[in-house]
Amino acid sequence: MIWEVFRQERKGQPFQHAGSVEAPDFRFAEIYGREQYGRRGESEALWLVPREHLSVVEGWADEFDLKYRRVDGYSIKARLKEARERAESR
Amino acid sequence: MNARSRVEVLLELADDELILGWRDSEWTGIAPLLEEDVAFSSIAQNEIGHARALYELAARELGSDADALAFDRAPDEYRCAPLVELRRLEWARTIARHWLYETADEIRLAVLKASDDPEVAGLAAKIDREEAYHRMHAEMWIDRLLATEEGTTRLREAIDELWPYALGVLDGELRLQLVERVRGRLPFDLPEVEPVTRGQHTEELRELWDEMTEVRRSAPTGAQW
Repeated sequence: MIWEVFRQERKGQPFQHAGSVEAPDFRFAEIYGREQYGRRGESEALWLVPREHLSVVEGWADEFDLKYRRVDGYSIKARLKEARERAESR
Repeated sequence: MNARSRVEVLLELADDELILGWRDSEWTGIAPLLEEDVAFSSIAQNEIGHARALYELAARELGSDADALAFDRAPDEYRCAPLVELRRLEWARTIARHWLYETADEIRLAVLKASDDPEVAGLAAKIDREEAYHRMHAEMWIDRLLATEEGTTRLREAIDELWPYALGVLDGELRLQLVERVRGRLPFDLPEVEPVTRGQHTEELRELWDEMTEVRRSAPTGAQW
């Protein structure tokens, strides 16, 4: 059984995926998690999650280039250049 | 334990931890599971760290130093229990020895933690805080082995073989405590045997000593590292 290990480095910080351990139950996973992800004082806390309990979401459709819906928006550099050239040619 | 001097008590514990740490480290790279490779290596490092702290405390009283106590004595001068000397590269026996040792060690550390000597009591408490994780590790394995017929059989074979040695880690009233605890934890009977007590050594210690002190002996006395 694979347990995904998420590690919090300092109090208040988000948990980030650190790796995994193979263990038959939580008791083994706890010991292995402590040894592999905590014994050098590198973690404030760990989340140990059986891999099969994670709900994975993947595959994204973006067929119509709806970039305006994203925070990074359009790249306007190329369009700006086109507009300038149009203006100059008039 | 009262009959023994402070230094003798410290060296018994230190030698047990050093030699067991050495034996546990023999799994590094070849343990049956990657996770156990890491866990056992880490336990080995902890035990050797405990030995170092105990040697330092004893060395202050003896006007010596930790390295000299760890490496410059003759094999017969070590005070370790024969249990920790055994080279047992077989997993069930390794786990059985680990659990028997940790169970005995907990009893002994409880006495030292209550010592009138603040240095001994303080160090014992510090060591025990790490040993708590070794005990968690050992106990989970015992439960796992006892959960199946095959595991129980293999544990029983290992305990039968190691029990005389385990009895020799402690003596007097503390040995009785060990018997009670082990008996209370296992679903099978323990063999009626004579203890293999501290003070005698196995041939395996001699071989381990040759290997362990080789680098130290190869350097001129007083070499600085």
